[in-house]
Amino acid sequence: MSEAQLKNTGAERSRSLEEIFEQRIVNDEKIEPKDWMPEKYRKTHIRQISQHAHSEIVGMLPEGNWITRAPSLRRKVALLAKVQDEAGHGLYLYSACETLGVSRDELYDQLHSGKAKYSSIFNYPTITWADMGAIGWLVDGAAIINQVPLCNTSYGPYARAMIRVCKEESFHQRQGFEIMMSLCNGTEVQKQMAQDALNRWWWPSLMMLGPTDDVSVHTAQSMKWKLKRKTNDELRQQFIDQTVPQADILGLTVPDPDLKWNEETGHYDFGEIDWEEFWQVVKGHGPCNKERMNDRVGAWERGTWVRDAAMAHAEKQQIKKENQAKAV
Amino acid sequence: MKTNLYNYILELADNCLIAGQRLGELCGHGPSLETDIACTNISLDLFGQTRSYFQYAADIKGGDATEDSIAFLRYEREYKNVLLVEQPNRDFAYTVARQYLFDVFHLLLLEKLQFSQDMTLSAIAKKSIKEVSYHVRFSGDWIKRLGDGTEESHEKMQAAIDGLWQYTNELFEVTEEAKALAEEGMGIDVSTIKDAYYQNVTLLFEEATLNVPESKYFQKGGKSGIHTEHMGYLLADMQYMQRAYPNMNW
Amino acid sequence: MEKNWPLWEIFVRSKNGLEHRHFGSLHAADAEMALENARDVYTRRSEGVSIWVVESKNITASNPENNGEMFEPAQDKIYRHPTFYTLPDEIKHM
Repeated sequence: MSEAQLKNTGAERSRSLEEIFEQRIVNDEKIEPKDWMPEKYRKTHIRQISQHAHSEIVGMLPEGNWITRAPSLRRKVALLAKVQDEAGHGLYLYSACETLGVSRDELYDQLHSGKAKYSSIFNYPTITWADMGAIGWLVDGAAIINQVPLCNTSYGPYARAMIRVCKEESFHQRQGFEIMMSLCNGTEVQKQMAQDALNRWWWPSLMMLGPTDDVSVHTAQSMKWKLKRKTNDELRQQFIDQTVPQADILGLTVPDPDLKWNEETGHYDFGEIDWEEFWQVVKGHGPCNKERMNDRVGAWERGTWVRDAAMAHAEKQQIKKENQAKAV
Repeated sequence: MKTNLYNYILELADNCLIAGQRLGELCGHGPSLETDIACTNISLDLFGQTRSYFQYAADIKGGDATEDSIAFLRYEREYKNVLLVEQPNRDFAYTVARQYLFDVFHLLLLEKLQFSQDMTLSAIAKKSIKEVSYHVRFSGDWIKRLGDGTEESHEKMQAAIDGLWQYTNELFEVTEEAKALAEEGMGIDVSTIKDAYYQNVTLLFEEATLNVPESKYFQKGGKSGIHTEHMGYLLADMQYMQRAYPNMNW
Repeated sequence: MEKNWPLWEIFVRSKNGLEHRHFGSLHAADAEMALENARDVYTRRSEGVSIWVVESKNITASNPENNGEMFEPAQDKIYRHPTFYTLPDEIKHM
């Protein structure tokens, strides 16, 4: 065979592999780590899963802010357990990502160097206790809408991680809503605190569900691979439709003068989102981007000698064990 | 009101509260995700114990007292925790050393307290023993890793122990109420666990290639409410909400 | 020096009577730490009564490319299954 012919059969072979692969996904079969997969599938998954993992661990920071200041012991343990879960979720997701042949340290490097993205919402400050309520209620609410469909995604390790995440996350949103209820049933000062938090977190929560469909670059491919089951705009509408009645129950006003129930569509109409702000924050110019990264990088760097010591100790113990075995 | 018992419960509980608070500060800032999760677990155990003690104390005190009024609404001079547990997280070696030096004491104490004639204290102790046994194991393992790890970690671990050693002796100081309750079979005379404590610690330090500090100068005061300068800041954080927004439900 | 903690695979027995099941993975410097981390990460909600940890590099996995020769030959050996044998309906307890 000529070289050209050889190349040709090579290309044909990979095309048919790819066809088989796509067919497996259509058939709802799971893809497992050592299975053949198109390079683009691998890369896309590394990007999405690691972004998700980064969001979990950066997300620990705004809430971690309030652990020492929680107003009651009950709230303190709930918040602590919640932030701890986020560390756990980050860990499950990094592990899922590692099955694609990238190490956690490489992923950290990408985060710390600013190469990797994480959810823009965590670049907003948590300035009152009510923000703990608003984050649980709105941010976790939006996250759940995003995450539940991922329990059926095509990549096995990601789907399994998401099942665990969703199971554990069910208390997070309830925790947040309960905080909001206590505030709304409380004094005037507390109600104002709750309203203020809703005012500040509402729009960022809507942005969190991603750019509108007409500018979202990854949607079509992601839908095919079941990395996404609904478009950003559909998710956003679902979030608004389910959250507005909850705000009514709390007696809070959603900060959108254009928000209105539309009998015809069976959905809420809502006002224009300030996408300029969204892109600013994504590009690193949100109120807390720098603080969040300083915290992450600082913790990692301050931990270097600790991690090194643990490795050195493990190696010493291993040598000791081997010497003992030799001596016998 | 059973004043001795109430004060004795605070003496037990405040150590858990303040140690838990210090560990809670670290959540999200530790050397690895895995250690973050582990330290948070210990913190949660300690807060759980704190709540059991304070709920009991609130019953004894009666009136409007709740676990939260006891936890958040006392003046600094009314907190009875030992100075050791309020020391800050200077670095991970300090955190681990503080925790270990407290954990060994805590376990020895609970092993006796489980036989208290006071059924509630006995029940809390029995439940806590399992948790604290794990705390000792965790912090002890880390003392060994850092002590016998790299040169740098050895230095840092030794510095932390040297820095915190002066607060160990206070653990064994017997307060008036503890003495009175010990006579009734309800409280523990902590001076009786001192030898076992220093033996345990010395053994582990040897294994970790660390020196037991020779200094015989010790600090005390925590049990009678005279704290180090760090305590005010810790309380300012912890009490912030309750002080800024008094008499509200959260 | 920065040498990274190796990856460990975690297997948890949810309750006695059940087998250990793969729960996920994590990083740890040594086996002892892997056990402790596994306890804190994977059994926070009382999910387990026993934990195994295995360093990931010690696991040998079959290659999916060989799935044909590895697993397909078993598919036509239907005589290994009880339904292969036809018996009259009157026969009980078999």
